[in-house]
Amino acid sequence: MTPSPAWARALRALTLLAIDPEGLRGLTLRARAGPVRQAFDTALARLPGPARRIHPDIGDTQLFGGADIAATLAAGHLIHSAGLADSPARLILTMAERTPSALAARLAQLLDQSPLHTLVLFDEGIDAEETAPQTLCERLALHVTLDDIRHDAAPALMPAAADLAEARARLAGVTHTPEDIATLTALAASFGIDSLRAPWLALRAARALAASEAHAQVTQEDLREAAELVYPARATQLPQDPEPEQPDAPPEPEDQRQSETPDIPDDLLIAAVAALLPSALLDQLAQRGATRRAAGSGAGARRKAHQRGRPLPARQGAPDGRGRIDLIATLRAAAPWQPLRRRTRPDAPGVIIHAADIHLKRYEDRADRLVIFAVDASGSSALARLAEAKGAVEFLLAEAYSRRDQVALIAFRGMGADLILPPTRALVQAKRRLGSLPGGGGTPLAAALGAALTLARQSEAHGLSPTLALLTDARANITLDGRGDRAEAAKDTSTMARLWRAQGLPAIVIDISARPGPEPAHLAAEMNARHLPLPRADARRISTAVTSALGV
Amino acid sequence: MTAAFPFSAIVGQDDMKRAMILTAIEPGLGGVLVFGDRGTGKSTAVRALAALLPPIRMIDGSPINAERPEDTPDWSTAPLGEMVERPTPVVDLPLGVTEDRVTGALDIERALTLGEKAFQPGLLARANRGYLYIDEVNLLEDHIVDLLLDVAQSGENVVEREGLSIRHAARFVLVGSGNPEEGELRPQLLDRFGLSVEVRSPQNIEERIEVIRRRDAYERDTEAFMVTWQAEDALIRDRILAARSALRTVQSPDEVLRDCATLCIAIGADGLRGELTLLRAARALAAYEGDAAVTRAHLTQVAPLALSHRLRRDPLDEAGSATRIARAMAEVWG
Repeated sequence: MTPSPAWARALRALTLLAIDPEGLRGLTLRARAGPVRQAFDTALARLPGPARRIHPDIGDTQLFGGADIAATLAAGHLIHSAGLADSPARLILTMAERTPSALAARLAQLLDQSPLHTLVLFDEGIDAEETAPQTLCERLALHVTLDDIRHDAAPALMPAAADLAEARARLAGVTHTPEDIATLTALAASFGIDSLRAPWLALRAARALAASEAHAQVTQEDLREAAELVYPARATQLPQDPEPEQPDAPPEPEDQRQSETPDIPDDLLIAAVAALLPSALLDQLAQRGATRRAAGSGAGARRKAHQRGRPLPARQGAPDGRGRIDLIATLRAAAPWQPLRRRTRPDAPGVIIHAADIHLKRYEDRADRLVIFAVDASGSSALARLAEAKGAVEFLLAEAYSRRDQVALIAFRGMGADLILPPTRALVQAKRRLGSLPGGGGTPLAAALGAALTLARQSEAHGLSPTLALLTDARANITLDGRGDRAEAAKDTSTMARLWRAQGLPAIVIDISARPGPEPAHLAAEMNARHLPLPRADARRISTAVTSALGV
Repeated sequence: MTAAFPFSAIVGQDDMKRAMILTAIEPGLGGVLVFGDRGTGKSTAVRALAALLPPIRMIDGSPINAERPEDTPDWSTAPLGEMVERPTPVVDLPLGVTEDRVTGALDIERALTLGEKAFQPGLLARANRGYLYIDEVNLLEDHIVDLLLDVAQSGENVVEREGLSIRHAARFVLVGSGNPEEGELRPQLLDRFGLSVEVRSPQNIEERIEVIRRRDAYERDTEAFMVTWQAEDALIRDRILAARSALRTVQSPDEVLRDCATLCIAIGADGLRGELTLLRAARALAAYEGDAAVTRAHLTQVAPLALSHRLRRDPLDEAGSATRIARAMAEVWG
């Protein structure tokens, strides 16, 4: 069995990482756990240098070192424990798509400050919006996607360690021309990659490739392969036809050497990168930058927290660097034992405290609330009252802002429902997307409920408290599989509505039908939601009504 | 630690560079907020600026970088040493940092092992007389933001917790950066930043190539690169130092004050912080350019920096703020 092209690229990326870890900083692997990833993991383990596996829940103390409180207490003097960041290593972060932004920020800082650390992200996300934090991906040169590969297409064929060592020795001698820089930069620009880290990392990759191929100078082939490894995951647009840009691009002051005007990268390069663009490029664009999750202190459900909120009684626990030690409770726990302990250690200074006495502070915090707006933009409602519905949503958005809620926007029309704004606090975006929402087509209500349900479950897993505001006339006429069949559509809608009810999440159905009918009230009853007929031309009143209905 | 990328070698981004130089001349401006995409050189510029600035004189071992022994707080237990020169401190405030790390807290280890009540200084103490840099400031948790606001305004860190009652000087220039797509900054915090800049990657291919070229030269032979740019950096440093001493003598005529006030009224900025910052920034710019008095030309240059984040705005408004200021200037001053 011949290795698949994607696998060959993955091995290539690993080779480059072994040759120039300082320059390339690391690698993002997007693949679900399975034999293929296992094979990759095995190959990764064969890279030279120490490697450490970390997980998204790792504490600050483990990562950056700190006082080892248990050992300190036992010894009676301060004992520091070294963190993983103290010694240069390849950090392998598994389940990177669940990395909290705090850890991502610390790791990014570590990458910026210590050139000897490299980072490998194992991103196991399933949906397009479940991705490793952009702060980290941006800093790592290489991106590899290994889904949809048969495991027998993934033979382990890494270069021998001696070859890698030779290539590393050659790296410093590799030269490149100014034209190479121009080509890579222009190529990045044509794919809409704004960050200037990308061409820089691509240049490093090209040089590592040249070293691995024993070229004395970077060749066109190296450039192409480097671009294939670095650019596809960052692209934000398909290349435009470069011709019209040519006339106004160079301002050409006369001292500028004319020979240096950037040559537009040849079509070959563009085609090579374009072939590797993720299939759902445009879908992913909507997600970019919106991967932020629950921060806390919102209006959502109560949960336990380490740092803030309303205090709860202290509990016994091991200090992990995140919880704060409750000194009073700790002393109170230790006090009754002092005479006994004094007998075994008569010369110990102060209070004798054992690790088991330590109590941690606990707080009750509130999760962020997520308001999912599902807006019916079908023909039946668009004609009548879509504009009014948009007005109402805008009022609700302004309220969400004042409460620091997150919002998400689902629009449904035609054949299905689209998540047009994933959960975010950037309300300007919400407003912009809402304003440009076209109307017309059928009413795929069941699909909309399905999309809202999926989003609600995902956001719950991320610690948000979702609520749904469904603006519809409830005249469903498109089934879940996209056929126009009113009876079937009603049945699907009712199934989805009951699924929502089973989830037990708050919802409100806002009736925007032109003529009053029984459907919205019926739908609301099935979802166990409040039913609220949209008052004519009074967006402010609806906003008050929704706020009180959602119980805030 | 390798040498920081030279400040003068940063291609383009003139607004950002100007704003940073102004805060270096007049720390009272209240910091800079840099909003823009990733990979536009925000953190490079902050670190470059710190490397550019002259070192501060401080007592070795002082937890708050104090220059005089009497400034050293009484809770400090570390032995004080000689006067030393240290580079201007730049302290990174990472996301997800705990309150204890920021303000300082009871030293738990000492408390438990020695039974002593001792204070362990936090990041604010380390940032005194330097820069506090917050990347992704818009994602910082609200309770940390509240705390920073208070300290940044008063210049003093007050810790009243766990039986400690401690205060120490914490005067620093706040530099925040972030990506507006990822979330808004609370208006309260927005207002505390003196200047704000929006950066984006250069849209000109030629400029972009120059960025990569310089970066490449820097990485390949750092020393040679530093030598090339040292002269330029020294030039900027001298101008900053000269401007610092000239700052007191720069005149601000009454008509300039009137200009500030009318502009701020025209754009509807809340409070008087807008006028003050505008005037201070213009004065710093005049000092930097070696002029004896502030003129309208200076105001025009700094008005977008000082005012664009103070426009009264609706959370849903999306009009470009720099254009609104330019329009207001054209209307008010003719």
